Amino acid sequence: MAAKAAGFRVSETAVNPFPQSESEVIVGFDAVGMRYGRGPEILKDVSFQLERGSFTFLTGPSGAGKTSLLRLIYMANKASRGVVQHFGHDTAALQRKDLPDLRRRIGVVFQEFRMLEHLSVFENVALPLRVAGQKRANYAEDVAELVNWVGLAHHMESRPATLSGGEQQRVAIARAVVNQPELLIADEPTGNVDPDMARRLLRLFVELNRLGTTVLIATHDLTLVRALEAPVMSLADGRLTYRDRAA
Amino acid sequence: MSDAEKMPPAPPSGGPARLLPPDAGRDRPLFIVSAILVFLACLAALGARSTWTSSERWMDDLDGSLTVQIRPSEGRDADQDAIDIARLIAETPGVSRADARSRADSEALLAPWFGTSGLPADLPVPVLIDIGLDNPDGAPLDEIADILETAGIDADIDDHGRWSDAVARASQLARLLAFGLLALILGAAAAVIAFAARASLVARRDVADALHIVGATDSYVAGLFQRRFFSLGMKAGAAGAIFAALIAILVAVGGSNADALYFLPELLFSPFEIIALAAAPLIAGGVAALSARLAVEEELRKRW
Repeated sequence: MAAKAAGFRVSETAVNPFPQSESEVIVGFDAVGMRYGRGPEILKDVSFQLERGSFTFLTGPSGAGKTSLLRLIYMANKASRGVVQHFGHDTAALQRKDLPDLRRRIGVVFQEFRMLEHLSVFENVALPLRVAGQKRANYAEDVAELVNWVGLAHHMESRPATLSGGEQQRVAIARAVVNQPELLIADEPTGNVDPDMARRLLRLFVELNRLGTTVLIATHDLTLVRALEAPVMSLADGRLTYRDRAA
Repeated sequence: MSDAEKMPPAPPSGGPARLLPPDAGRDRPLFIVSAILVFLACLAALGARSTWTSSERWMDDLDGSLTVQIRPSEGRDADQDAIDIARLIAETPGVSRADARSRADSEALLAPWFGTSGLPADLPVPVLIDIGLDNPDGAPLDEIADILETAGIDADIDDHGRWSDAVARASQLARLLAFGLLALILGAAAAVIAFAARASLVARRDVADALHIVGATDSYVAGLFQRRFFSLGMKAGAAGAIFAALIAILVAVGGSNADALYFLPELLFSPFEIIALAAAPLIAGGVAALSARLAVEEELRKRW
């Protein structure tokens, strides 16, 4: 299955990067710069848009700023300059109390999984629903079905530490999508798994994209990038370039 | 696909697990410190109560009474004069009682300084009349002075004014010190808990990060720490209160000479003591929960 390559645009000098129909833009960056504290600027004049339903790779060497860019997207940090929009909202204008609602519309998968080790696979996957205030009786069956969908039904009550890297990453993906986020971000999702598992995880991301989730995968694994004809954003020294391979 | 694969998997039974992992080892020193602080706070509260009660008693004793000192004079029987005058004073409006004390009573009052072997018979020792008043503000000083003058008795009337001011100041100071000590201990407990909550958040940063990423609010994350520290505060409070009650009981039972122990807490089994000791775990839990919540929320605001 081919990923949806259309709907992605990037401009390093965009004056108005946001289209008329903002509802179709999941995330928009306009001349965004970012630095940690008083350190050097990690991201420089980054402008791009992620449109609903798109599948995009973000590549670049270590230290290029991929993780920092993702942190801005999942609102772990604020931009030092420029405009960042999430679902049509300028995040700089949002109050802190508004952020959790937006974060719930974004699923995040990390290379190092970030599971809660004292919780079972089921409890980890159910975490976003639980913090959203849903009752266990309302989500238990859906969560169990999702765990089954990622092929871990027999590990429902296992602790993450007892699972392989690939299995833990599938738990992380299930957790990221359990509340049906509009955007799924993955930071080096195949970094701790073997090539065969990497291909299987990629198929999982493609399947989620086919179901309507916007997907952004940050990776330096070019094998993974070559496996799909999806657009690629490349970061080098904090600057973003774009290559739409479907064009 | 087999039938087993078609069947939807059953979710695990049981309730949701705790989001904060058990942290018993890390919490133990905090529990001990908190229990000691609650123990000290309970002693301070009992001490404050004891000081308050004692000072009220001292003030009541001073304000509600007068003392007449009859100086012995040549050719008069001071003991008999005291009895006669006491009878007259007792009939004066505003006086509830007038008790004549003997020379032997006066010698007993002087015993701490002169010993119990008796004073020389020719040593002029004043004889006292202890007068109780109906209204502390309405002492009939003039009437009593008239009685003494009419009887031709050389005597002084002591309305305790010079003592009561000093005692009032000392009582006020003792109360302030007791409540200041209590406030300091509560403040120290709150600071210790806040420090521990911050350390706990740092130690559980992975949990806080994971919760934030999946959309948890600051309030939700702080609530987890708040509940944990409330529970710890309750347990530490119960332990501290029980030890404080035991100490107070030991003092009450073992300290028969209450005058020598008035700076130590005194357990009177009054409603105040029972309520204070019973409420200590709740107050400790509340202080711990509030400190932890405020500390974690402040820390989270700095972080994200």
